[in-house]
Order: sequence, then C-alpha cells, then structure tokens
Amino acid sequence: MNHTSDRFIDNSRAALANPVLQAALANLKRGFPINRAEVVADLPEFEELRNVARDIKDHTLDHLDVYLEIYERNVRASGGKVHWARNAKEARDTIMRICRDAGARTVTKGKSMVVEEIGLNEALDASEIRRVETDLGEYIIQLRDEPPSHIIVPAVHVTKEEIGDAFREAHEGLDPTRALSEPADITAEARTRLREAYFSAEVGITGANFLVAESGSSIIVTNEGNGDLTQTLARTHVVVASLEKIVPTMEDAFAILRLLARSSTGQEFSVYTSVSNGPKRSDDLDGPKAYHVVLVDNGRSSMLGTNQQDMLRCIQCAACINHCPVYSAVGGHAYGWIYPGPMGAVLTPSLTNIAASAHLPNASTFCGQCEQVCPMKIPLIKMMRHHRNSAHQQGHGGKVSKFALFFWSYFAGRPALYRTLTGIGVGVLAALAIGRGRLKSLPLVGGWTANRDLPAPEGGTFLTRYRRGER
Amino acid sequence: MKQIGPEPGTVPPIRVGLFVTCLVDFFRPSVGFATIKLLEQAGCKVEVPEIQTCCGQPAYNSGDPATARAVVLAWLDAFQDFDHVVVPSGSCGGMLSHHVPELFADDPVNGPRAKRLSERTHELTEFLVDVLRADLVPVHRGGAVTYHDSCAGLRELGVKQQPRGLLAKVRGLELHEMAEPEVCCGFGGTFCVKYSDISNAMVTNKIRDAEASGGDTVLAGDLGCLLNMAGKASREGSPLAFRHVAEALAGVDDIPPIAGTGVRQ
Ligand code: SF4
Repeated sequence: MNHTSDRFIDNSRAALANPVLQAALANLKRGFPINRAEVVADLPEFEELRNVARDIKDHTLDHLDVYLEIYERNVRASGGKVHWARNAKEARDTIMRICRDAGARTVTKGKSMVVEEIGLNEALDASEIRRVETDLGEYIIQLRDEPPSHIIVPAVHVTKEEIGDAFREAHEGLDPTRALSEPADITAEARTRLREAYFSAEVGITGANFLVAESGSSIIVTNEGNGDLTQTLARTHVVVASLEKIVPTMEDAFAILRLLARSSTGQEFSVYTSVSNGPKRSDDLDGPKAYHVVLVDNGRSSMLGTNQQDMLRCIQCAACINHCPVYSAVGGHAYGWIYPGPMGAVLTPSLTNIAASAHLPNASTFCGQCEQVCPMKIPLIKMMRHHRNSAHQQGHGGKVSKFALFFWSYFAGRPALYRTLTGIGVGVLAALAIGRGRLKSLPLVGGWTANRDLPAPEGGTFLTRYRRGER
Repeated sequence: MKQIGPEPGTVPPIRVGLFVTCLVDFFRPSVGFATIKLLEQAGCKVEVPEIQTCCGQPAYNSGDPATARAVVLAWLDAFQDFDHVVVPSGSCGGMLSHHVPELFADDPVNGPRAKRLSERTHELTEFLVDVLRADLVPVHRGGAVTYHDSCAGLRELGVKQQPRGLLAKVRGLELHEMAEPEVCCGFGGTFCVKYSDISNAMVTNKIRDAEASGGDTVLAGDLGCLLNMAGKASREGSPLAFRHVAEALAGVDDIPPIAGTGVRQ
C-alpha cells in the first residue's frame, strides 16, 4: 500500500471537504461509543479486567520467544506448519508459494489488517489467482479498489448508494434495475456471490485475533461468520498473524475476549468466535487438509524492550479510533497507511519510519480520550510524545515550529526579558484590536486566524498590573 | 522558654504561590486577580513570584524535553519554598503536577526536588475543593452558563465535580450541561495552528453544542480552550460569552467577557 502519511494535511483537508465522508463519520461517532458505554457500565469488573489483560500481554511480551516456540511446537503436533516471516516481502512470498503449491485459482480471505500491511492483496491481484474478500466491508472496498478506512469497519466511508453502484458494476448477468437500496438486498446479493467463492476456493486465508500457545490454536472473531467458512471450506487454510497476537493459554485469550467486543462495537461478544487447530483430523466432520501459519514480524520485534513495546499489547479493537475527535474529523484514509487514529499514530511510525509519518503523532490535541477507553491500557499519549521526540531530534518538526520553539524557550528562560516582551505584545495587540475586542488576522498565527478571531488581550499583563499593586 | 512556631491558638495561613500561566498573564489578568481573591477568601496567603514564565508544556509536547527541563527548572527555583503552588489551568497544572516528575525521572538532583514540588501543585478548583475543602464567600452572579471540561484537567487531574460543586453555590447561576462536555474543543496548544482545519472542525462542533445547551456563557478552567472557543464564536457572530470559571466564582462582572455579549437576540 502507498504510504501517504507525509501528505496528512492535504489528505485531511480533502476529507473535511467531503460531505459524504463527513456524514459517515458522524454516524460512526454516534454508534460504537454509545454502545460501548452501555455494555461497559453493565460489567462491574471491566476496570479490573483491563488490568488483567494488560498484565497477560505484558508477561507474554516479556517472554515472547518462549511462547512463540511453544505455539509452534503445538501447531506442528496438530499437523500444521509454522512459517516465520521477518518482513512483508518474506510473508508475501511465503503465502504466494503456499497458494501456488495448493494449485490455487481462487483464494477466499477473511478480514486481516496484517494481510493489508504486508501487501498481499496487491501480490494476489498481480498474479493469476482470483482473490475474494469474504468480510462484507472488505468485499465492498475490494470492488471499489480502495484501502480500508477503519480497522473493524473497513468500508465505513462508503454510502449504501455507492455500494449499490459498485455491485451493479461488478455483478454481471443480473437485472440492472434490481433493488439494492436496503442493507438486506446488499447482504443477500453478496452472500450469493460469496457462496460460490467459498466452495470453489482452494485456499482460505484468515487473520487471527489470538494465537494460543498452550494449544497451538488460532482464534478469530467475526459478526458475519465468514471466518468459519473461509477457514473450513477450502482445502488449505492459511493463518496470517503478527507476532504479538500470541497469548499463553486459552483462559488468557478468553479474558481478553471479554474486553474486545465490548470495547470495539459495544457488543458483549462478537457473533462468531472461531477456533482453528491444525488440519482436519480423521473424525472431524470438516476442515482443511493443510494448515499453515505465517508469523509476521515486520518491525515488531524491534519494538520490544523500547519505549514502544506497550503498543504490542494492542488487540486492534478500534476503541481509540472510535473515540478520537481527530479521526472523527478526517476519517481513516487521511492517515495515509494501514492503521488510522491514535493506534495508527503510534504504530505507523514504529513499523515504517518517523520521517514519513511525523504528522501522525503530532496531529493530536492529547485530549486523552483514546487512553481512557483503551482496554489494554496502552499509554497512547506518552507513546505519541516519544515519537514527537524522535521527530524533533531528527529534524522533522518543521522549520517554523522549530524556530518558534527556540524563540519561546529563549524568553521563557529569561523572566525579565519575558516580562518586557509580553508587555509590549499586549500593547501591540490591544492597539491592533482597538474598539473591537478581537483580531481578524495576525501574521505568524495564520493557522489560528484563518478560522477564528483572536480575542484581544484584556490590557496590561497580569505580572505588571500585580506589581503596580492592583488586586 | 522562647516559643517556637506560631502563637498559641493561631494557625499560620497556608502560603500559596500563584503560577498564573502565560496565557492568563498575557490575555486575561482578571483570572489571576480572581484566583487571588478566591484563595484569600479560603484563608491562604497568596504570593506571586515575579520570575515566573511558562510551565514548559509547549516544548515538552513538541518533542523537546531538554528545553522543557530548562524552563521547569526556573519554575522549581521560583516556587520551591511555598506550601502549595496553585494554577488556574488544568493543562499547565497537569504539566506541573503530573509530567514534571517524569521529565526529571533520570535526574538524581532535581528529580526528587521536582517530585516534591509537583505533589504540592494543584489546579485551582481541585485545590479549593479537595485540598482546602473551602467555603467560599457566596457571590451572586445571575445567568445561564454551560461548562466545558478541558481535557487535561478532566483526564489527568480528575477535575469534573469540583468546579460544578463550587458553581452550584453561586447564587442566581444556572448550569445547563451541553452535549458531550468532555469532548476536546480542538485547542491542543500548537495543534490549533499546525492542524488548523481539523481544529476548526472540532471547535465548530463545540460551539454548536454550547449554543444548544441553553447557557449564554461558556465557562471553562483553561484559558487556551476559552480563547479557541471564544475566537470561533466571535468569527461566527455567535452571542455566546466566555469566561474562566474563576471569574464566575469570584463574581467578576466589571470586565467584559472574552468574547460575545451573552445576550441572545
Ligand atoms: S490502542 Fe487500545 S483502543 Fe486502540 S485499537 Fe489498540 S487496544 Fe484498542
């Protein structure tokens, strides 16, 4: 996927000027956060569970190598195979090789952010293999040839009308005047299309919400049941997961699952929680003949032991995104890479580079709503601040703000000079605003006065007036 | 034997150093005077060290901790002898009471000093309610107001009920809660200049919610948020008036609000 985080400002302007997107974002804001608040209020031990979940992941990350090896042993014991991929290319190449070896002409795919991250879609689309997305949202953006704009509702930016248009264009041989205005029409038509794909696919690819070390299991949650069908109907099932999805035990996974759907969509549990464990055994009713797990590092192991390690606790619930006023103003595409919102502002610079993504951790008011709702208690603000530090050190802070900061710190460190200067400043602003109480434009802070007036200072600085004896 | 300490039967007043913040100093001295008045009513002896400037937050949040440390050191020198430091801002208060210890975590000399002073540093309403449990002189300040919860005060310091509790005692004042009073107004320090368009979208929502609240005056505990909201309301021609919560509590009505008239047409 193209990385356009460096164009965040232009991207966000375009997003703000897009009324369709703005309406979709307003709906999102009214939906998930309200549901979340309700189910969280209904679970008295929610706060306690957050601590439990944080501790489980912290412990796992501190012993990541151990648990990954246990996991691999157990996958092998159940007849599956684990492939280690250091980077996106290795992961892509491995999966493409598995697909070719399986003689794949059609591949079904469940929703997976790491699959987006490694660019597998592009690799499949450039090959002779037909890729069919089985998550409805993913299916829609596949038809529209777009990246996801949200990690759990990838097509949140698309209207019903646009979906209808995309279906009419893609699904040939149907009555072009058929009704496609209701969600039921859309899902019915998608279901028919997908059923054909489920039965013809040689390979089914899914992500994983959890990998369980003690049993070698992988767990996915969906609301559509597409994950089950993707992983059981194809001859070969490929699980693609990043390293930090591992937890030691099934009990650990289920402790965190109690937080996941509540934080994410405001459900108590997702509709489907599907566990997969190696290929079909002789007495199983169904299941794949071959079972592969591709474990993707792609920059994560280098976050271990650094001030970015806490981010590896993330379970990609999107609570931080759903509650972020910046995300809800500009949507996901503005962030310019796979992961949007606060979690993206932390993860993207770590997984790519700070030079190209310095805007993301900077474009935050540090309002803290994300941290307040993060089920894994990730200190998102602190981590964004760490990225700001690196951006500053490497000179990606922008010349103007660097200069302003230097200027400010020079005076802030010299109280007498500071007092003189602020005294002059107040006088100048007051003179400019005379009779109106506000300034409509002012050099250097054009960003302010482009959209708002600057209220005029009341007159005289506090310190001067206080020294003169005023009380 | 010579008596050490206070006269028997008297308690020495709490010595408070007022850290006025650079925005109050520059834009709204009345907030500083209102703060002094409230603290004195609560029995404190208030002093204003002259060598104060800024809390260091602009540098800290711009990724320049070294510069932030230099600025905070000046604050330490100026305020270390007070019983408490009081700040009429949740944002600067949060910086000084929560982030400063972290900023000096690796400094064996200034670290402990910073930690000790940070523990004695408070946002104004939090100090009045939680530390002093103060009974303020009841004032009359009629009118319908709405209260915006500034982010740092709310989430770093837990300032939520304190200003509301104090406002409930102001005679004639009615509080009308707006929808989503806890959502950020889009100020965010340099954010509002660097990401002006996003900030604008956020403050537009905030003004809409404030106007719908039925309050005529928007109160908040942070001048940054107030200037942002007042600037937007003024540009839009909204009649909403804006004041710092300290002004309302101290009954300040002889200076005009930060913007607007508070009178709906
Ligand atoms: S950072 Fe926290 S809130 Fe955001 S997606 Fe990850 S776990 Fe969820």
